Amino acid sequence: MDKTLPDPAAAVAGIEDGMSVMIGGFGGSGAPIELIHALIDRYLATGHPKDLTVINNNAGNGHVGLAALIEQGMVATLICSFPRSADPVVFTEAYKAGRITLELVPQGTLAERIRAGGAGIPAFYTPTGYGTALAEGKPVEEFDGRPYVRERWLKADYALVRAHRGDTMGNLTYRMAARNFGPLMCMAAKVSIVQVSELVEPGGIDPEAVVTPGIFVQGVVEIPDPAQEEALNRAGSRYPEVPA
Amino acid sequence: MRLTPTQMAWRAAQDIEDGAYVNLGIGQPEMVARFQPPGREAIFHTENGILGFGEAPPPGCEDWDLINAGKKAVTLKSGTAFFHHADSFAMVRGGHLDVAILGAYEVAESGDLANWSTGPRGVPAVGGAMDLVHGAKRVAVMMDHVTKDGAPKLVRACSLPLTGVGCVTRVYSSLAVIDIVAGRFVLREKVPELTLDALQAMTGATLHLDGPVGDLTAPDL
Repeated sequence: MDKTLPDPAAAVAGIEDGMSVMIGGFGGSGAPIELIHALIDRYLATGHPKDLTVINNNAGNGHVGLAALIEQGMVATLICSFPRSADPVVFTEAYKAGRITLELVPQGTLAERIRAGGAGIPAFYTPTGYGTALAEGKPVEEFDGRPYVRERWLKADYALVRAHRGDTMGNLTYRMAARNFGPLMCMAAKVSIVQVSELVEPGGIDPEAVVTPGIFVQGVVEIPDPAQEEALNRAGSRYPEVPA
Repeated sequence: MRLTPTQMAWRAAQDIEDGAYVNLGIGQPEMVARFQPPGREAIFHTENGILGFGEAPPPGCEDWDLINAGKKAVTLKSGTAFFHHADSFAMVRGGHLDVAILGAYEVAESGDLANWSTGPRGVPAVGGAMDLVHGAKRVAVMMDHVTKDGAPKLVRACSLPLTGVGCVTRVYSSLAVIDIVAGRFVLREKVPELTLDALQAMTGATLHLDGPVGDLTAPDL
């Protein structure tokens, strides 16, 4: 079994108009910048994919990665918990102009909805959001004397995730807090594509250390020394680069 | 005669037990970590999947895969653990944290908290605030006693969109330490320069007394 893909372009080739795409990362930590930029390259060359529903914790920062995807107009709906950042101008303008729909979800509920999607649990009850605007219209039930809000699972057509080391069977480890939503999103998407900094043969990862087992991963592409959103933004980068 | 945000953070830190698992909200509450009393060590949790992280690295030494919920760089300590987001919020909702300290726009005498939205203008953002107010054994708020315009932030009922219902247990304000007990504000400490009447005048709901009121003082920081 070999799930290796040759390059980022091949890795994102199956994403079509109107699909839902989970994108890993918390801010820049764990953001799969090269996969996102490959998706932008395809859009600039072919006009597709567009009208995407993107699930991410945030809404991009600066003009690279997710912010660049939104700046191109490829994202119709964003499901996230915190659409603010150091430089949120791209999302903010798109939102205020009505070009993008926002579904705001409390962060822990977002994580658990994704986990539930991957685990085959269609709904669950949480105390989070009870009595607030974000729970309006949702069923409430009392358990042991406390009210809880019913939330639905969240699944997607694709997940784009950055991990640290991966083997050709799709077993993954992550690097520090870049793990965040990655393991959950790999579970919840029909097709999970992972960029890894280091690709190894089966046996190259200690089985005790595997965080995401390969059953949740459909494609692995090696990107050594991946770009880091925070570093790109500090350097004032844009994607695609504006010719001088 | 009023505490600075740094002094409020110092005061909040005095109540954190040795070995407590603690989540500090983005912004001013982050300063609480700097004032752990000697001989006590709390373990700090951040929503994005770290337990037991250390303070900020020197400029230029940041590793952007090692950040806190405010997207600021932090450091490793011996005993640090990483985990994914669903486990992180299981720690939050599952009752495993001892203390969460958050900022606030308003706190009501019922314990209702408003800290995520100032109304329909602008882009709404909630992050982990609605999760954090459920599950921690103590949910404390650190905030100025009144708004910039002098209006009370401790109120009978919140006027802004709620983060959680009946969730706050203690408020560290710039003028007082107030517990919320059975739907009432109970005054524990106040700055000594202020009379009870003057403090009451700056508070939007009745301050109840239950035992002696201590002096709220903090070192120059």
